[in-house]
Amino acid sequence: MAQSSGEVAATQDAVTDLVTDWSAEKEVFRVHWGKAMMWIFLLSDTFIFTSFLVSYMKVRISSTVPWPNSSEIFALSFGGAPIPLILIAIMTFVLITSSGTMALAVNYGYRRDRTKTAIFLLITAAFGLLFVGMQAFEWTKLIVDEGVRPWGNPFGAAQFGASFFMITGFHGGHVSGGVIYLIYVAVGVLNGRYEKKGYDIVEIAGLYWHFVDLVWVFIFAFFYLW
Amino acid sequence: MAHVALADKGQELAHPKTWIGMYVWSQDHKIIGIQYIITATAVGVVALILSGLMRLQLGFPGAFSFIQPDEYYQAVTMHGMIMIVFMLTAFFLGGFGNVLVPLMCGARDMAFPFMNMLSYWVYLLSVIVVCASFFVPEGPTGAGWTLYPPQAITEGSAGADWGIICMTVSLALFVIAFTMGGLNYVTTAFQSRSRGMTLMRMPLSVWGIIMATILGLLAFPALLVSVIMMTLDKALSTSFFMPAISSLGENLSHEGGSPILFQHLFWFFGHPEVYIVALPAFGIVSDLISTHARKNIFGYRMMVWAIVAIGGLSFIVWAHHMYVSGMNPYFGFFFATTTLIIAVPTAIKVYNWVLTLWRGNIHLTVPMLFAIGFIFTFIHGGITGLFLGNVVVDVPLSDTYFVVGHFHMVMGVSPFLVVFGGIYHWFPLLTGRMLNDAMGKIHFWMTFLGTYAIYLPMHYIGILGVPRRYYANGTTEFLPDSVQAANMSITIAALVVAAAQFLFLINIFWSMFKGRKSKRNPWRATSIEWQTPDYPPKHGNWGKELPVVYRWAYSYSVPGAKEDFIPQNEPPSENTRGEGKV
Repeated sequence: MAQSSGEVAATQDAVTDLVTDWSAEKEVFRVHWGKAMMWIFLLSDTFIFTSFLVSYMKVRISSTVPWPNSSEIFALSFGGAPIPLILIAIMTFVLITSSGTMALAVNYGYRRDRTKTAIFLLITAAFGLLFVGMQAFEWTKLIVDEGVRPWGNPFGAAQFGASFFMITGFHGGHVSGGVIYLIYVAVGVLNGRYEKKGYDIVEIAGLYWHFVDLVWVFIFAFFYLW
Repeated sequence: MAHVALADKGQELAHPKTWIGMYVWSQDHKIIGIQYIITATAVGVVALILSGLMRLQLGFPGAFSFIQPDEYYQAVTMHGMIMIVFMLTAFFLGGFGNVLVPLMCGARDMAFPFMNMLSYWVYLLSVIVVCASFFVPEGPTGAGWTLYPPQAITEGSAGADWGIICMTVSLALFVIAFTMGGLNYVTTAFQSRSRGMTLMRMPLSVWGIIMATILGLLAFPALLVSVIMMTLDKALSTSFFMPAISSLGENLSHEGGSPILFQHLFWFFGHPEVYIVALPAFGIVSDLISTHARKNIFGYRMMVWAIVAIGGLSFIVWAHHMYVSGMNPYFGFFFATTTLIIAVPTAIKVYNWVLTLWRGNIHLTVPMLFAIGFIFTFIHGGITGLFLGNVVVDVPLSDTYFVVGHFHMVMGVSPFLVVFGGIYHWFPLLTGRMLNDAMGKIHFWMTFLGTYAIYLPMHYIGILGVPRRYYANGTTEFLPDSVQAANMSITIAALVVAAAQFLFLINIFWSMFKGRKSKRNPWRATSIEWQTPDYPPKHGNWGKELPVVYRWAYSYSVPGAKEDFIPQNEPPSENTRGEGKV
């Protein structure tokens, strides 16, 4: 009995400490303000992508005509045999690899190794460009070869093309913006722009980049695997 | 990684030398706030004039030949959208948020001043685009401010070609602008407070503003997504929101879309939007009441938690706008329940305002008049909200003037009264001059009494069954003649109230140049925005040293103190040791 009331008191203390920490003076989160700002932005952006994906699910469920078979449409032929989802698999692999190089850049940033930080930032940006390039290839194939349009397609529900172009386009825009952001940070790192301010910006850019990767996983799951 | 708080390392601000750098492309939060205020006021005047046009038609049907049905619907739509988004949201968060958050938190500026500046310029662009829709072929959209498809983008409703595109594009721009500004307000309040300024010592104005901003950051995404899809439906003939439909005898190319989806997305934004407008008003009015009643706010902690609770609840009530849209009845049950639960934290706030006034030393200054006026209008608007939150009562009242009266009371007039009160209160801080009291009191009484003259009859004709958004009622058997009489009297009252607002603008301009010079801290307030070394505060706000905060913002009439208020940054003294725990 005495012991359990001691536990309760300890829990209460912990809660009080937590509240005191959070509501203490100067700052709520013990991180660089830019990082806090990026987290808040990403939360907001999460709501954007959630709205997109939920809307997509809704139009897909309520569609009156059959939904096109995504594994057939997104197949590529090699030597006559179509391999389903092969391009998307490569794109996903590229983007997730870029998260790894981004993490290395953050690591070298905090070690103040400017050259290596910049190199890994640029490698990450290059992976991003590769991803966008493959997306452009996929769009071209869908539009030119298979006749998919935002307002209709030969395979089934018109909302297929509309949602696909809208959501992957919005995500591709995020990746492209991220590439520009990464190059900007990389140039700054090389010039020594952050020597005085510190290299938090590399991590902040990294947060954004990982977020874009994470969103892709959801788009991949809901669009290509469903 | 180790880091230093903004309050400790000091913020490096770029001090511009040129006039343009200081007042046009300014990164100073106070200037940006004033820019927001001026733009929002200008566009608000446009919306005010539009409401006058509507009322002319309703009060004197057919007497003004330049108001045809299309123009009427366009006026309704643009009035609503401009007032809610481009005026009130921008004014509270862009205007008051910019001016007050850094000053009240003891920061030198916003966390990211450059982005803050960008926020204003994108906002200005969105305002220009929305105003441009008045000049495109066929004029602005006339789909009602809710922009429901299929009507909004189908041939035959006003502005279905260019007007709606201007509207959706300007809304998307507004969301971008708001996000850039909103990130700043929240991050500044969270990460950039001065020494001693704990969260529970922040003035309620800051609480209201940042909670509203968080709501905005989470609710505007749904608006952004819905306007993107609407633009695609219009421009690329996709069918997100458009079912198979025939219009003017022709089958349109759309197929299989869901108009209800738009309503869900829209109201997932639309309902929090009500609180985006209301929460800053709650916060500011708390500070006004406490300052002008010379008494600490009653139940500060509960006030904070009520703001947080209202903010959280506002995300799970949106479908109470859709009781007649066709939903599973269980949804109606759920959303009615959550809606009515919001009354609890809201009532806590109202009781606390009244209890703050109780036995206070009430000074009937102009800001205080507006604050007390707010309590009245807000209670009236809130109580009719209980009617509409219940499904069975809402169904017959839906789309009648009862709804118009309700939401104008609760989120039109009430926030506006706080906007006015806030301007009368903080005008001296920004300009160093007082607004004219006599004009202010005339402005208050005309606005406050006029409000009732306008909106009480609306509840009455709404219960009689007058539908909203009708160009003319025509001869309808169930409507007695008194409806037309009421409409005429509403119109006259509306025109008088509108005229009173121009008196207010005259007051502003006159006082800016000729007004009585204000002494430092004219209202003898405790919060630190009045304690800057320079008065009015300069760029960087605090001179050499950031202020150190020792207490909450509500130490009024403390026994033993030498004055009836103790500023937040005054070090504790022997006499006032018993001033309270916070």
